[in-house]
Order: sequence, then C-alpha cells, then structure tokens
Amino acid sequence: MQTLGQAAQPSVILADEPLRAIELSAATVTFGRGDKAVPALSETSLRIADGEFVALVGPSGCGKSTILRLVSGLVQPTRGVVIVGGREVAAKALRIGMAFQNPTLLPWLTIEQNVMLPLRIVQPFRARYRRERRTTFRDKAHALLGQVGLKGFASRYPWQLSGGMLQRANLCRALIHEPRMLLLDEPFGALDQFTREELWSILQDLWLAHKPTVLLVTHDLREAGFLAGRICVMSARPGRIIDDSPVDFARPRTIAMTFEPEFVTLNQRLRDLIVHTRSLPAEREN
Amino acid sequence: MPANLRQKIWSFALIVLFFGGWEVFCLASGMSDLILPRPSQVFETLYNRFPVLWPHIIRTISTTLGGFALGVALGVVLGALIGVSRVAYDTAYPLLIGFSSIPKVAVVPIFVLWFGSGEVPAILTSIAICFFPIVVNIATGLATTEPELEDVLKVWGASKFDILWNVGLPRTMPFFFASLKVAITYAFVGTVLAETVASNRGIGNVMMSASSNFDVPLVFVGLFILAGLGVLLYVVFSLVEGRVTGWATRKNDIAAA
Ligand SMILES: Nc1ncnc2c1ncn2[C@@H]1O[C@H](COP(=O)(O)OP(=O)(O)OP(=O)(O)O)[C@@H](O)[C@H]1O
Ligand SMILES: [Mg+2]
Repeated sequence: MQTLGQAAQPSVILADEPLRAIELSAATVTFGRGDKAVPALSETSLRIADGEFVALVGPSGCGKSTILRLVSGLVQPTRGVVIVGGREVAAKALRIGMAFQNPTLLPWLTIEQNVMLPLRIVQPFRARYRRERRTTFRDKAHALLGQVGLKGFASRYPWQLSGGMLQRANLCRALIHEPRMLLLDEPFGALDQFTREELWSILQDLWLAHKPTVLLVTHDLREAGFLAGRICVMSARPGRIIDDSPVDFARPRTIAMTFEPEFVTLNQRLRDLIVHTRSLPAEREN
Repeated sequence: MPANLRQKIWSFALIVLFFGGWEVFCLASGMSDLILPRPSQVFETLYNRFPVLWPHIIRTISTTLGGFALGVALGVVLGALIGVSRVAYDTAYPLLIGFSSIPKVAVVPIFVLWFGSGEVPAILTSIAICFFPIVVNIATGLATTEPELEDVLKVWGASKFDILWNVGLPRTMPFFFASLKVAITYAFVGTVLAETVASNRGIGNVMMSASSNFDVPLVFVGLFILAGLGVLLYVVFSLVEGRVTGWATRKNDIAAA
C-alpha cells in the first residue's frame, strides 16, 4: 500500500493544481453502434471557470447526466474534446466529488465511516488512512457532518437516518477528499419540498466555504436559480446547450428571494425555453 | 424477548411431544423394535455404545468440516472470479447449473474408482455438493453492485480491487453466510453419503453395517446423531452469521417493531 501511494505521487501533484476550467468543445456522444446508435449529446460546447457554480437544466433524456459522465471521465466523447483541469480528461488524475439522487451509502458502515470512504481510496489520503483514520480524518468527517447538521449521527447506521439526512451525509462524502470539482446529478430529486429547500441552503454554505467548481443537474428551476451562478439550458435529445444565463442575485441567498419578481421572471423564461424545446407540449415541472 | 422465549418453549414442547408420541405409538401398537424401535431404546443404545461410536462421530465431523472448508475455499475463489465480470458470470453460469444438477450419489463411485474407498472420496463428495451454493451467492452478491455507486468509486480512481475489497465483498457477506448454512448441511450430506457407499468408518458406515446386521436401534442411533450434528452445525453458522452481517437484517427488525 505504502509503495503504491508513493508511486502515485506525480499525478497527485497535478490533481492539486487549480483547475482552469471544464471545457467541452463540440463534444458528441453516441451510445451504441449502427442501427441501435442513440445520439445522446450533439456538438455540445461548454466552458466553466474554476470555482463557478453552474446548473444544467433541460428536458428528460436530453443528455445532462451524460455531460456529467463526460466531465468525470466515465464516458469518452465519440467526437470532440473534453478538457478538465487543463488536460484532456483522464478521471483518475483528478479529484472529483460526485453525488446522485440515490445516496448509495454502504449499509454496513456507520455514517462517519461512510463519509470517510473516499479517504480510503483517493490519494494522497489513502497512504495516510491507517494512521489518521482515528485522528485527523475523523475530525474532518465530524467537522463536515457538523456543517450539514448531522453532528450527533456520526456513529449511526444509514438505516437509522431519514432520506434527507442520508443525502446530507452523501454531500459530506462527496466533499471530504477536498475535491476541486463537485458533480451533482439531481441530488435532491427524491426529497420533499421543505427538506429540499433546507438542503439548498446547506449546499450553498458548503460551496461558499469550500468554493469547488460545481456542476449541478436538476429538474427544479427554483433550485437552479437559488444555487447557481449560471444556468445552462439544454435542448431535447440529442442535447445541445441552447441558453446560458448568469444568475446575479447576491449571496448568501435566501428562500424568500425565490419568490421575488425578478427571480420569478428568470424562472418563467427558463421554463418557457424548456417547454419550447420539448417535443411534447406537456410540462411536468410546477 | 418474551415472544422469542415463548417460541423457544413451544419448539421444545413440540420436540418432546414428537418423541413422546412416538414412544406411546410403539408401546400401544406393540410395534416390533426390528421395524421401529422406541426412542427410549434408541437413547439407551446411544448411551451404551457411545464409546464405540465416538471415533466414528469424530471421523464424520472431521470429514464434513474438511470437505466444507475446501468447498468454501473453492466456492469463494470461483464465485469471485465469476462475479467480478458480467461476461464471466453469463458465460460460466450454464456450466455451473449443469454441474449442480448432477445427482451427487452418481459421482461417489467415480471418486472411489480414482482414490479407493476411505476418507478421500468422502471429502471430495462433500466438496462437490457444498461448493455450488457458495459460488452462486458470492457471484451474485458481487455482480449486483449499484451502478451509481460504481460510478462514484471509479471517479475516485478506485481500482477493480478497491471496489471488490470495499464494496463487493462486504456486500456479499450476508449472501455468503446464508450460503454457509446451506453448504455445511450439504457437506454433511455428502460425507454421510460417501461413508455409506464406500468407507470403513464414520456414522454413515456404522448405519450401513448396523442395517446389514439387523441392529435396527443402532441404525436409529446413527440417524439421531446425524440429526443432532446437523442442527449443531446449522446453529453455529447461524450465530456467526448474525454477528457478522447484522446490518442486513436489522432494518427489518426496526420496521417490524
Ligand atoms: N449507457 C447508455 N447506453 C445507451 N443509451 C444511453 C446510455 N446512457 C444514456 N443513454 C441515452 O442517452 C440519452 C441521454 O441520457 P442522459 O442520462 O444523459 O439523460 P438526462 O438528461 O440525464 O435525463 P434525465 O433528466 O431523465 O436524467 C437518453 O436518451 C438515454 O436513453
Ligand atoms: Mg439524468
């Protein structure tokens, strides 16, 4: 383990280098071949600066998750170029945090152990894991859990927590290895409105405290407006980015703000764009 | 807890009732003990012949545990090999099903042919019977990692081995221990089967020679010992399972409470 850790050092230094941007240039992704080919993304270009919070919205199946998978290196572009942190994508060298709608915490580990899981795997923490899991690393986990209001739950098991609490723990797990980039795929999609709004504020605080680059996929336009500094709207499949608007409201933002006329107007405009790009006229968002 | 205790008392009462009913039935119908001996006779024979039976019991247990240990090792290795890749899982499955559906009595003569009679064919038979549920459970446990979790792990730069070690194997544990309970019972069946056919020691062999001597109470003693050992082994592995993989059942307990 030790020597493995040493061998991986050079790439770790690269990972610590501040990310210049996420850069998709005319990235096209087609799943399958021949007759069964499904174009998921067509010539999408997107630039995101370091420390930006960008929300990605668009009709279902338009390729939002595919963009996240491109950026994280899980999927290679069929054509086009994906540059992350100044280099063509090679996920392993980068420190990325990820969270999905399903919190996927491991049921046999306590919340604290779940949150510390990335430290067991990601360098350079991995090399120090055995020595520091009961000291520095645990403190780190407790600090994060405190920030999301799960102070007393570190030694509980996932089945003892509610869905909202699990999702908070999931955010901690996504952040503990100090990623420069956070990829969130509808992380609050399965939660009720009130829990969701609560978690928006928590995520906003986490972002203000750590300033990672965030790419958030969501179906909730209020969520996008509340959290993001920029909202990209995608067309129906195969997706492209058809609108890219800054969101200039001052931070920290409040839930009350989402009911102000300016915010509602922004919401309305995004909604119209999405409704327009969908082939079916019905719209499931409120 | 009281409900649990009450259930235990009922289970015990049922066992007593079973043996009591048997005893009464034999006495009332005047059944010959050459056909169905009374439980009291069986226990008496067990008590009287115990010193002679003891080495056979030891032999049966050691053969069972030996076959079980080797079968588990084989099952874990095969299960892990098959479970880590979807392709291997789909490819190897038909062959495994084919192998598992051979009645194992049929392989004992082959083992005897190769290795002569004695302990070796008994161990091999119990391996052959008990490794299959282990393979299936390990492979299935490994092959069913949530795709989202796998994505998260890959993004962290986890190697195949990291995923296996941190997620695959722990997730497999409940499947594994469930299969151990089955496997130990199978190993036991395999051992006794082979002892009955081709061995000069072990409870299976004792029952065989007792039956050819029309020593019916001794045949039943063998049966009782086998039942007792089977229950004992099952209980031991249930206890281990409960300690190691409590997380898989606890959720249900809470929901039920
Ligand atoms: N592994 C895959 N193989 C084949 N097709 C795929 C695969 N992954 C995604 N697709 C297809 O690509 C398209 C885009 O998928 P993607 O998951 O990116 O959509 P999405 O915008 O995230 O949708 P949603 O909002 O419903 O989550 C879909 O039509 C989907 O069917
Ligand atoms: Mg999606």
